[in-house]
Amino acid sequence: MPLSEFLQFLISGLTVGFIYGAVALGFTVIYNASHVVNFAQGEFVMLGGMFTVFGISLGLPYLAAAILAIALTALIGVALYEFAIRPARGAPVFALVIITIGASILIRGLAQVGFGTSFFSLPSLAGDTPIKIGGAVAQPQSFVVVIGTLVMVGLLALLMRRTMIGKALIAASTDLIAARLVGINVRMIVALSFAISAVLAAVAGILITPISLVSYDIGVLLALKAFAAVMLGGIGKPAGALIGGILVGVGEAMTAGYLSSDYKDAAAFVIILVVLFFFPSGLFGSEHHERV
Amino acid sequence: MNVFNTLRNIVENRASLILIGAMILVLPLLMTSSFQMRLAIVVWVYAMAVIGLNLLMGFAGQVSLGHAGFFGIGAYSVALGPSQLGLSPALSLPAGVAFCGILALVLGRPILRLKGHYLAVATLGLGMLVFMVLSNEVELTGGPDGMQVPRVVILGWKVKGTDTWYWITGVALIIGVWLTLNLINSPTGLALRAIRDSEVAASVLGVDIAKYKVIVFSISACFASAAGGLLALFNGHVTPGLSDFLVSVQMVTMVVLGGMGSIAGSLVGAALIIILPQFLTSLHEYEHAFLGLIMILTMIFMRSGIVPSIGNAIKRGRHDSNS
Repeated sequence: MPLSEFLQFLISGLTVGFIYGAVALGFTVIYNASHVVNFAQGEFVMLGGMFTVFGISLGLPYLAAAILAIALTALIGVALYEFAIRPARGAPVFALVIITIGASILIRGLAQVGFGTSFFSLPSLAGDTPIKIGGAVAQPQSFVVVIGTLVMVGLLALLMRRTMIGKALIAASTDLIAARLVGINVRMIVALSFAISAVLAAVAGILITPISLVSYDIGVLLALKAFAAVMLGGIGKPAGALIGGILVGVGEAMTAGYLSSDYKDAAAFVIILVVLFFFPSGLFGSEHHERV
Repeated sequence: MNVFNTLRNIVENRASLILIGAMILVLPLLMTSSFQMRLAIVVWVYAMAVIGLNLLMGFAGQVSLGHAGFFGIGAYSVALGPSQLGLSPALSLPAGVAFCGILALVLGRPILRLKGHYLAVATLGLGMLVFMVLSNEVELTGGPDGMQVPRVVILGWKVKGTDTWYWITGVALIIGVWLTLNLINSPTGLALRAIRDSEVAASVLGVDIAKYKVIVFSISACFASAAGGLLALFNGHVTPGLSDFLVSVQMVTMVVLGGMGSIAGSLVGAALIIILPQFLTSLHEYEHAFLGLIMILTMIFMRSGIVPSIGNAIKRGRHDSNS
């Protein structure tokens, strides 16, 4: 049945797409506050999953382990800003790109030593009974991923629109100097943006681990694909990042299903190259004008 | 950057040709093991790729996070040329270089229209695609295990031995440096520097920005491809790991660590990134973490590059003693 097959690919594509979306959203939060593209974002996903796995193995209850994992990852996010990004303020784009790539290699290298190279899993939050939808089968955890991501996005939107912190974040992303002039502690706000996106990534990691497992090196491709998703939507656009993530996820699942599972990972990069060919600023990006 | 700085750069770079040549000549007298010699060969080869990338980054101001893709294509061309097309390995190398040059010309035009992060993601994607093709086309490339490269035979003479390859790669590096110096002193080099300093100003002066960007992208791809081919011929085997994203990132780090726009710096950057981890063999499991740390520290403390920093320090010292 071709339709049920299509539905099956769509479900798995949406599941992973929401994870890409969450990571891409994290990229956007940091980019908007500091104009840094944080390639260590994928490592935060890994850390979220890993810390939870190890918390549970130490005897902590699931929820406590998850909260601890999220808090630790957020702390590492802030440390990344304080010790690697802030000392290099004013550096050109490529230097900041290399710093965050270096940070991701550093975190991955330490994780390899600390956690080993095996794969770990977490129990599904919604049980293991598959749910049938029109001939296709969905893992219950897929719904947890989608709903969890949407809740995070909702909370983030509330934070941005309804709180002083959110307003300060928006102000800092609009104009750093002006934000400083009206008394916003820009350093704290940017550190906060790193914490927020680390939290987004860590939660995504905890949500996806029951489906796709976690090992020390899952972060690389995740970050690169989420980066492609960000650029797909146009850099700095939260909605664009989420949609870009979903497009990449679905594109990947369709490639794996209909073309070749070997080239599943290539889908994100083919999509981004084709899109940039026609829209050099991404699908929803605004035309950039250089001032002379 | 004013005229005098530019002139000084040219003089420094001329001197670097002589320095690099002298170093390649003298080094074998100081080296005590074939391991050191093998390391030197790897440094020459990477330096060549890094000089090409430096042309793109330091002279034209464009970044590429996918240069290992060209490195990998060059390496696989000397493996695939003999096995698929029946070409001799020695001929496969220039064929691979030509292929990369043309590929970069074709892909360069749409890609180099992009700026900043969009350029970064497009070049990154390109490199990733090369890596995936090399890893997945098992029938053709042997997949993740890689494939053997036949030994080079020139007119019945079998090219083998670490010594021989030391001189081949050393001479190749010198030729690369010489070509690069000629290029940056040519009108094309001037146009590239104009583009780096201000694209708008350059286009107002009548520089065809798109054309020059694509030319330099293609030249730097040729350098990477030639380096990859030489490394594959020396090693006798190739794996997709040569085109890994990490290799691209390493190359960019080498450019910046040595100094953007400095030819000698490209060699210094390549040498440091390749040789430093050798001192950490006892901490082997921390090798990756260490590389990441070097990258972060380089960008924080050494952003202007080792060679230009030393050059400035010497100049300042001279200035102080005169006054």
